[in-house]
Amino acid sequence: MTVERTYIFKRFERFWHWSQALLIIFLLLTGFEIHNSYHLFGFEQATQLHTTAAWTLIGLWVFAIFWHFTTGEWKQYIPTLNKVDAMIKYYLTGIFTDAPHPFKPTVLRKHNPLQRLAYLSFWVVISPVVWISGGLYLFYSSWESWGLESLLTLEWVAFFHVLGAFMNLAFLIVHLYLITTGHTVGAHLKAMITGWETNE
Amino acid sequence: MIWYYIRSSIILSILLTTPTLSAHAETTADHGKYDELNKTFTSAPDVTKACLKCHTEASKQIHKTSHWTWDYLNPENKQRLGKKNILNNYCITPQSNYASCAACHIGYGWEDENFDFTAEDRVDCLVCHDTTGEYHKPSGNAGYPADYVNLKKVAQNVGKSSRDTCGACHFFGGGGDAVKHGDLDSSLAAPERSLDVHMDALGADFTCATCHKSDKHDVVGSRYSPTAAATKGYFMRGEQDHGNTATCRSCHDNNPHSEKHEKLNQHSKKIACQTCHIPALARGGIATKMSWDWSTAGQLTADGKPLIKKNEQGQVIYHGKKGDFTYGANIAPEYTWFNGKVRYTLLSDKIVNPEEVLKVNAFEGSSDDGISRIWPVKIFRGKQPYDSVNKTLVVPHTAGKDDKAYWKGFDWNKAISHGMKTAGLPFSGEVDFIQTEMSWPITHMVAPAKDAVKCAECHTKNGRLQNIEGIYIPGRDSNEWLDKAGWLVALLSLIGVLVHGGIRILMHSKKD
Repeated sequence: MTVERTYIFKRFERFWHWSQALLIIFLLLTGFEIHNSYHLFGFEQATQLHTTAAWTLIGLWVFAIFWHFTTGEWKQYIPTLNKVDAMIKYYLTGIFTDAPHPFKPTVLRKHNPLQRLAYLSFWVVISPVVWISGGLYLFYSSWESWGLESLLTLEWVAFFHVLGAFMNLAFLIVHLYLITTGHTVGAHLKAMITGWETNE
Repeated sequence: MIWYYIRSSIILSILLTTPTLSAHAETTADHGKYDELNKTFTSAPDVTKACLKCHTEASKQIHKTSHWTWDYLNPENKQRLGKKNILNNYCITPQSNYASCAACHIGYGWEDENFDFTAEDRVDCLVCHDTTGEYHKPSGNAGYPADYVNLKKVAQNVGKSSRDTCGACHFFGGGGDAVKHGDLDSSLAAPERSLDVHMDALGADFTCATCHKSDKHDVVGSRYSPTAAATKGYFMRGEQDHGNTATCRSCHDNNPHSEKHEKLNQHSKKIACQTCHIPALARGGIATKMSWDWSTAGQLTADGKPLIKKNEQGQVIYHGKKGDFTYGANIAPEYTWFNGKVRYTLLSDKIVNPEEVLKVNAFEGSSDDGISRIWPVKIFRGKQPYDSVNKTLVVPHTAGKDDKAYWKGFDWNKAISHGMKTAGLPFSGEVDFIQTEMSWPITHMVAPAKDAVKCAECHTKNGRLQNIEGIYIPGRDSNEWLDKAGWLVALLSLIGVLVHGGIRILMHSKKD
């Protein structure tokens, strides 16, 4: 049996992924404190940390978006229904019986079709809900000069921001688990740390 | 605590022993050298006559001010206000009690309706311009100073107004130290910085007039039509048509916080500066009255004197003349939307529902009128007599030597009959008591920035702003359904992956 190694995740991609992971977890942590779900840092500090982390993540995204377009990596998120049924079937049955993983990651197709759909929805649904509502939150005092005063209420902006937070939280929980569903339990995690995908 | 008293008494003794020095040092005119004042005055109006020989326009200016007229027309809603016209829920009204209440009038001789408001020599210059601390107007003297006052000495030492002169009345409103306002009492005579950053006796040492600038003796900053939502920001003193100098923004401008605290500047759109920067009522330690129930008044001792009860702190909690009291010191104020408009319930107004708490003055404002800000207020809760047939508030004749005065005869009917007759108003003869509320804006005793109200005191459930409606406060408010659904989805996700993972582990262990 030969061991085939593929360099899937490049250095910037890994840096971006892990930075983003830490920032999102931290934003959830501080955000739900601001929402009065628990007390950890205290409201004042939680607000400051949340704002700082948000701006840091925005900065990271500027680089990430630039990277995605210059490298063409954005194509990784083009949705496909090809093999979606096979993936669903694998998660529902095959994974329990050690059936072979129906998808083999390559440099051109890093993510299985379900991952593609999940990450695309992260980019185009969850994130915009969070960013638009969060941006409006940050620039609350400018609503008047932007002519938004009569269109928006903080109540609804907060609603969507919290909604986005819950979507992120659910995403995070499922995402953390699905890390273990590569062809070995540690395969995905190892690939995201070292960049190398190992296929037997 | 001990150090506080030592320090305060040192400051106080310095201030008390050096007034003549400071008065002379600040001005180019030493009134002690004027021949006009170098004589023995037999009456207070004689002093005024002497003043007017040089300050020819002073009385004419005073005559136009509400300090003199106790009369004020609210330009907004045309209500006839001023001390002469309104009622409160403390001592209720000076009407029919002028001999007593005029101790705080800047005039001499107001004992009844026949007082001559055009008399120039009846203006009391000394009560505002005394620097000796020896001038005193006792209650019951119709505004004349006590006999023991050395008028020559006081006249020769006149100077600018001070916290002491303004405080002689304004610290003692409602019948005693700290009673009325909740943010004005004798602790401000020589405050430390921790009590008031501006009036700090060893620091900026503001007097009342530093903010409450006067123009032709007319002092800005009216409680009847306050500036609750200043938007103009800083302006140069002396500018024409400038507005109220007694607002925070008139010096600090609209965005006083540093860039690091930009979020606080944003708050100023909806929140008055006072809301964060004055964290408590009666911060000087002298308790302010919080409620007054007139309905229980009238209990006398066996020998016919009014019964007096005190609590452990020595505060009078019951007085046979006045009824029951409660107090508060260093307690959080209440909060309300306020746009600067105040509507009074006047003697001419009908009480719609005597079962409801009657607002003697109602602060107007809301979250959506575009100008209101959230203000700290002292809400004073009372129970006072009213005419249960005519459904109006009433004028009780309380102070006086005659037996119609309530504090002498303890007969509400007689006291109110006389009071209403004096006021020229009808009285049915039926007295009952009604619960009332008054709002007092809290704007003095500004704390150092480090002692300002912390974010989490409002951004939490059941916090300081728990009763403020019409705005979404992060940390206080949330969408209940979204929260329930959100946590449920998160929980189901967690259960889902745990079950999935559990089955995987189970299947593998079986195979092994």
